[in-house]
Amino acid sequence: MMYGYEWDTTTWLTYTISILPIILIGLTVTLKAAAAGFAIALVLGLVFALLRRSQVKLISWTTAFIVEFLRDTPLLVQLFFLYYVLPNFGIVMPAFLTGALALGLQYAAYTSEVYRGGIEAVHHGQWEAATALNLTRLQTYRDIVIPQAVPRIVPAMGNYLVAMIKETPVLSVITVLEMMGLANMIGERTFEYLVPLTLVGLIFLLLTLICSAGLHRLQKALPKAGIPLR
Amino acid sequence: MNEKTDTPLIEFSDVTKRFGILTVLDQFSFSVAKGEKVTLIGPSGSGKSTVLRILMTLEPFQEGRLTLDGMSYHEPGVGGRFQASEKHLRQIRNHVGMVFQSFNLFPHMTVLRNIVEAPIRVLGMARAEAEARAIELLQMVGLADKKDHYPVQLSGGQQQRVAIARAMAMRPRVLLFDEPTSALDPQLVGEVLSVIRDLAHEHDLTMLLVTHEMRFAREVSDRVCFFDKGRICEQGAPEAILGAPKNERTREFLSSILS
Amino acid sequence: MDWSAYLPMILQGAGVTMTITLASIVIGAALAFFFGILRVEGGPVLSKIALCYTEVFRGTSLLVQLFWFYYALPLVGLSFEPITTGILVLAAHAGGYGAEIVRGALSSVSTQQLEAARALNFNRFQTLFRISLPQAIVEMMPAFGNLAIETLKLSSLVSLISIADLTFTAQSIRNLTLDSASIYSVTLLCYFAMSLVLMVAIRMIEHVVRRGDVFPRSAHS
Repeated sequence: MMYGYEWDTTTWLTYTISILPIILIGLTVTLKAAAAGFAIALVLGLVFALLRRSQVKLISWTTAFIVEFLRDTPLLVQLFFLYYVLPNFGIVMPAFLTGALALGLQYAAYTSEVYRGGIEAVHHGQWEAATALNLTRLQTYRDIVIPQAVPRIVPAMGNYLVAMIKETPVLSVITVLEMMGLANMIGERTFEYLVPLTLVGLIFLLLTLICSAGLHRLQKALPKAGIPLR
Repeated sequence: MNEKTDTPLIEFSDVTKRFGILTVLDQFSFSVAKGEKVTLIGPSGSGKSTVLRILMTLEPFQEGRLTLDGMSYHEPGVGGRFQASEKHLRQIRNHVGMVFQSFNLFPHMTVLRNIVEAPIRVLGMARAEAEARAIELLQMVGLADKKDHYPVQLSGGQQQRVAIARAMAMRPRVLLFDEPTSALDPQLVGEVLSVIRDLAHEHDLTMLLVTHEMRFAREVSDRVCFFDKGRICEQGAPEAILGAPKNERTREFLSSILS
Repeated sequence: MDWSAYLPMILQGAGVTMTITLASIVIGAALAFFFGILRVEGGPVLSKIALCYTEVFRGTSLLVQLFWFYYALPLVGLSFEPITTGILVLAAHAGGYGAEIVRGALSSVSTQQLEAARALNFNRFQTLFRISLPQAIVEMMPAFGNLAIETLKLSSLVSLISIADLTFTAQSIRNLTLDSASIYSVTLLCYFAMSLVLMVAIRMIEHVVRRGDVFPRSAHS
């Protein structure tokens, strides 16, 4: 996709201006990958957290092991594994999806701990009161536990989203053309890497600062006692 | 005070409850008649709260038999912690309500929602009906004007009164009070006790009360049971137990409480 | 596939990964304490400089940092071996996160402790090194443990600037054998094993820092 493009490398400023549009295209890929990966992590993490609370020891221990394994091995190697091994089992999907899946898997291990912590932080008296009122397990989770756990969970989830955004450049190794992959390709063509890489770094810094400020405000706005129900 | 029927509503026979190596209830036998108001007293760790928690199905027990109106807490042929299915336990819970030491109101729900939540979800009551009843109950505990407040906006005594209304909204046949005034400042105890006193006049309601308020126990109960080391050492009419205890341990305990 | 031929390569790669990780953790810890203390005690100018350091290394992606220094250092006349660049960048990255841990732990030391130190007429350095840090370091340990594991995992990224670590070796073997499933499974297990070893090591250090049961783990850590 890069052929036919010319960049004005006379000064760093003209160079920056000429590559900015294509880097911004890369930014949308970065954000899409992070959004897809985060969605997977949110759902899968909840599944892990609930399985880990299972009364059946075999299920809870197996889940604990899987979570620990995902947490303790590098995203890059997990990514290679999915990219090269899944096709052996007849599972062929676009590199973007493989990348989102790898991000989602690794972060599901983190988010499952967040869910677990959030659920366990709900006072045991709340569970007992729910039992005394004869609510079912489902009703207890839906009406009592989750509304109280959410305000504790959201800030931690936000931090993981920011962390995930910063890890998306890894996807460039499986040919996903996100910001940093594009910056490297531009560098290969012009033999001038620093300007595109600095630009990408600055965009990441800006993203991080904006997200942190947003999270800070969100955290302040969250009700301490849980999502209020009238 | 009340006329006792012959078959007991609640019957513990030889119930043993252990936490690890600690035996909390040891071959415990105990029965309560329908409509009876029983106060359980004794030193902490003597097993009196455990009796309530077992009745509420918050704790399983290891040996023995427990029935509520002829219904066994164990289900034949079912394993698991409670040796009963969740479905079976929920049937039992339909008849029992509980008021906790630390209130355990749901902090994210208004007072009204706290009370109507279970009647709507569990009993399938229509919202309008549930709310009408909740207001009645709130009037009974003197808090009708607080229905749209959240628990954090109420004093401890008010929270506990709401908790009593919440338990009553499920129309239990047995109501358990687990040290309902122990977490309260002394000046707030009275308002909660007066609500419980009103309930004690309800003929059909069976009440089990764990408390350290001896004067109150004498006032409302038909029977007082003194617990020590997982057994009932002495029981009888409140005047007898609190006025002229025979057992040495009971005397020691009462003098330690009153001093 | 025939493992006997590849086992020495894998072990060598794992050795490189371990070396890079440990070197980065040690240098990173030094940076973390230096900049973390500056954040709290540095006064208006120095604490701002420390803030810039942590924000830049935490806020920009590690992979971007790796490539940036890989290309930038030679331009300013510093031509290191790639492995040196890798260690320095990884250490600076870990140091940025570590500095935040140090700052957080230092500011969680209770004001009563600081007032007691002032009442005894300790100067700032005495207060920092005799009172605050010894207490704060206990609080830092769990977070530093996580950071160490994180550094091990992130060290795999140095394979992308052509350093022959475990991940790089795995890629080479895959290119030779095309047996992706086996080689990546073995690689993942290797990393998992190294993580476990690192965790045990951290627990031992933590035990020393806590001096047995003198400082019990607090409820929130």
